[in-house]
Amino acid sequence: MPEFKLEKVSSGFASMVVQEPGAEGIRSCYACGTCTAGCPVRRVNAAYNPRKLIRMVLLGMQDEVLQGKEIWLCSSCYTCQERCPQGIRITETIIALRNLAAREGYAPSGVSMQAKLIKDQGRLYALDEFDDKKRKKAGLPSLPSEVAGATKLLDEKE
Amino acid sequence: MKYALFLGCTIPARSRNYELSARAVAHRLGVEFVDIFDFSCCGFPLKSSDMKQAGLLAARNLALAESEGLAICTLCSACTSMLAEEAHHLEQDRGLLDGVNAELNKVGLAYKGHAKVKHFARVLLEDVGVDRIRAEVKVDLKGLPVATHYGCHYLKPSEIYEGVEDPEDPSSLEELVNAAGARSVEYQHKKDCCGGAVLVADEETALGMAKRKLDHVKEAGARAMNVVCPFCSVMYDDNQKSIESQFETDYQIPVLYLPQILGLAMGFDRKELGLNMNVVKTKSLTKEIIGEK
Repeated sequence: MPEFKLEKVSSGFASMVVQEPGAEGIRSCYACGTCTAGCPVRRVNAAYNPRKLIRMVLLGMQDEVLQGKEIWLCSSCYTCQERCPQGIRITETIIALRNLAAREGYAPSGVSMQAKLIKDQGRLYALDEFDDKKRKKAGLPSLPSEVAGATKLLDEKE
Repeated sequence: MKYALFLGCTIPARSRNYELSARAVAHRLGVEFVDIFDFSCCGFPLKSSDMKQAGLLAARNLALAESEGLAICTLCSACTSMLAEEAHHLEQDRGLLDGVNAELNKVGLAYKGHAKVKHFARVLLEDVGVDRIRAEVKVDLKGLPVATHYGCHYLKPSEIYEGVEDPEDPSSLEELVNAAGARSVEYQHKKDCCGGAVLVADEETALGMAKRKLDHVKEAGARAMNVVCPFCSVMYDDNQKSIESQFETDYQIPVLYLPQILGLAMGFDRKELGLNMNVVKTKSLTKEIIGEK
């Protein structure tokens, strides 16, 4: 855990996080560690610890949480969320933290690239002529390369 | 049994073997798939950076299916949870539905909140039923030991699936695989995640997660693994070789999509099930079952 420095604490951080959809319940965490004990990511990478992350949020360690790489290690398997005795939506809290980090420009390049591809083409992998040929050869229906209706919707939203 | 087939991003581009085998098996079992060519990405890959946009994209897909009067059948588990979750939220929260419709209206769409989303495995179990599957078995799989992998989003978050299956003690995939004449084997950490969603941020962690599972599958003596999600297949099939070289180990465990296993039992040939497109070679496995077909 990064060193806790009182002078760096952001007193409004926890209040900001609980306003994000999914993260509303984190103040009821009593740090039992059920989340961390069952986490399949943690079994191979001890840097990931959902209990610690929630504690850091509640302590106001904004920079350490949003600029650190830990929140991006969650595999979104929902094991912790299913088992939390306090009914905290832990997986969704991590996603909310990622959203906050992304808004401040701290998303890993791969995550931002995926978002851009989807906004540009409506799907992660554009289906080019080569793909189309392979699909036809396998007897599968031809699909549009890009989904204009989806990109238009996301454009309108922005 | 008529569904709008939702393919998502990965399947039509990278997992044509899943699509081919699912269409073949569905047709044989009387499940009619309708293609909606305007379906886009489900929204899942956008969730980490912007969950509102992700939800909006999901809602657009739900609205398209609803306007055709069709329930959605998904093949990818991430698509399943993204779409089912959005449908669940929009059903519960009138304000959210109004907000989403304000955006959808701008592009000439509207969502009333009635879409239903079901993974293909669940359609097979609930709509078709294991008895019908058993009746279609033409080739004896002779109790082929198969390790079923549920992955995560096929079962979780359980609240969006209305508790149809306990994520701590699932059995649906075993029932289906056993109905086809294979034998599902128990193995340690069966419910663990493949690690696919970590790949984009930390490859080493992701491959480490997949490795752990492959170790247990091998230990249990399974001849094949069974998956129901293209993300899981990327981890176990596409990446199996690099895991073997990175961790100096050896598996050579074929990773088959559920309809590929069912399809073998139903007498389809390799090409009809896209088994030639699996990365870990399946030839010696299928030779034992169906000969050189």
